[in-house]
Order: sequence, then structure tokens, then C-alpha cells
Amino acid sequence: MVSGILGKKVGMTQLFDDRGEVRPITVLQAGPCVITQRKNASRDGYDAVQIGLVEFVKGKRVTKPMQGHFGKHNLPPVKFMKEVAVTTPVEAGEKQAKGENPAAETNGQVKIGDKVLVDIFQDEKFVDVTGTSKGRGFAGVVRRHHFGGGPKSHGHMFQVQGSIGASSFPSRTFPGQRMSGHMGVDQCTVRNLRILGIDLEENLLMVEGAVPGPKGGYVVINKAKQPPRERRGFAGAQTVDPLKAAKKAAAGKAKK
Amino acid sequence: MSISPIMAKVAEKLQRKDIPQVSPGDTVRVQVKIKEGDKERVQAFEGVVIAKKGGPQASLTVRKISFGQGVERIFPLNSKVIDKIEHVRSSRVRRAKLFYLRGLKGKSARLREIES
Repeated sequence: MVSGILGKKVGMTQLFDDRGEVRPITVLQAGPCVITQRKNASRDGYDAVQIGLVEFVKGKRVTKPMQGHFGKHNLPPVKFMKEVAVTTPVEAGEKQAKGENPAAETNGQVKIGDKVLVDIFQDEKFVDVTGTSKGRGFAGVVRRHHFGGGPKSHGHMFQVQGSIGASSFPSRTFPGQRMSGHMGVDQCTVRNLRILGIDLEENLLMVEGAVPGPKGGYVVINKAKQPPRERRGFAGAQTVDPLKAAKKAAAGKAKK
Repeated sequence: MSISPIMAKVAEKLQRKDIPQVSPGDTVRVQVKIKEGDKERVQAFEGVVIAKKGGPQASLTVRKISFGQGVERIFPLNSKVIDKIEHVRSSRVRRAKLFYLRGLKGKSARLREIES
């Protein structure tokens, strides 16, 4: 099994859940992807697969070396490729340990040219989504580091930084001083977005909340690395926290 | 910016189809589901539609006068809270948002009914 898929952000909307509450959702086009290369522990030192997002790409648009890479296994040309982990079943792992024909080793029962579809998330509740954040250009300190800024009146400048260090001692600015500079266009991961819908026909995945990047931006969707623990109120039920309830009751009594 | 075809499809799926067409100036009765404990009942809210929002997050703003006090409620049309919307009567109005009704009361807040 492959643990992730590539996709594109389509846009945001909202839906109403079973309890009638509104949920903001991001619609992601997830896949279809194709496995373009396999990495295995014996040769590369780790297990993974390289997958590519299948979309309409002219063969001429990819470089000659990449044409060769795809041509080797008769794959469609793809523009966006990433490596994702594979969860290797026990049998395959044993085979590898014995060194049985490592070149033809099925890496967790996946082979080059296999399709990766959004159905890998059917049993999952949460995903991590990695994208490239929107570019902010050269941004000042208020926007970039959430500085407070100056007073808005009494003849002051508004969004300036103020002091960046003391005077004669140490006579320098310490490294790491937060200043204005380029902001955005960074890789950014949002963890544990709840899956609220899967459309297998259209290859769509709906997750609750926002995803980094503009509409049409490429994203990597992985199974949640550290999904939230099953705990009280996890299922969305409004169970009362006994500790808080006790405190509330005590406060109410005190008032009376 | 135009909406992407995928988003249009998704919106189409999430849309409630059983809501009738109403326009500003109409008087409607909205049946609202209310949960009390584990029992559910339906409560009606009758008033004039003073605003309508379209798109995937469509809503109706309904205004009524309750015991001399103006009350407005905004209903998201795709919400499961709405049991049904009944059309009571239509009135002739000349604008899409009837917020001017907020400043009027009594006789001047009336709307002329369409004979149909």
C-alpha cells in the first residue's frame, strides 16, 4: 500500500454535517497517480515509491532525461512527482531479508505503472496535506512576524520594528533577529485534516479546513502521521468534561 | 473569477433541491427543526424575505414583527435545520434588498400584494 497521493487544490466551500453544523471544506483533486519508480531498501537504503500526478502533459514538455525515465516503462509523461512511503506487508519484508531476487522484489505489492487512486484514504479519518504557501513578496515585520507595530496616532509610524539591539554593548545585532524579508512560497504542512468526503469517480477528496497554497496549487496528501488520539468528545459528541463541570458547579454554588 | 467546473459539480451535489423559489418581498413560513433533548419538533417562522443570497452558501433573511419587536433570522438554504419553506404570498417590490423596512413600522411597512 502506498501511503500518500499527489493532487491539486480546487477550492473551498462548506457543507452541513449530520448534526446540522456547518463545516468549511477544501476540495482537493487527488490523483490519479502512477508509480514511476520504486526505491527499495537493498539498493537505495529505504523503501519508497516515486509517484507522478497524471494530467494532460505533452510529451515534448518534459526534458529528454525524464522522457527516458518514463519511456522505460511506457508511462505517461507527468510534471509533478514526489516520493511517498510504502507500508510493506510482512511477507515482502521477509523475502527481502532473505535476499530472494531483490531486483524483482514486489515492494509491498506495488510495481511500476500501478495506479494510485484516492481510495487509499477510504479507511482513514485524517490526512496531512503539504503544499506551497502563497507568496507574500517582501513583507514587513508586522505581517511576517506578527509584531505589534507602533501607535496609530501622535505622529508615529505604524508598522515599524523599533530597536534591533543595544548600543555599545554588544555593538552588533544578534543573529536570528526577526526583520522584514521575503515571505511565503514555503513548503507548509497542515496536519490532521479530517476527511469529510471522498468521490472515487471524480478523484476528489474533501477535507475540513484550509490547505496551503493557491487554487490549482500542487499538494501532497499523506495519511496522518500522528492522528489525534481517541479521547472524550473525539467523535464530535459534546460530552461534558467532569472536571470542568465540577468547577462550574462549585462556582455556581459560591455565587449563591 | 469564474467557478471551476469541479467546484460547480461539488456545489450541485451539496445543494438541497426541495427548497422552492422565493424572491425578496415574498412572505414565507419556514419550518425549523428544533432539538429538545432527544426529541425533535418543528417550529414555524413566518415573515417577509428581505434579502436573498445565492451560490453554494445561499441564504434567506426573513423579518417579522413579534410583539412589536422586529425579529430577523438568516436561514442557510442548504442547512438540515430547515424542514421546509412554504410560500404564503408575494408582494411587489422594486429592489433586491428590503433593508429599508427596518426603519419603518405599522402601516408604512406594508408591501403591495401581487394579484395572481
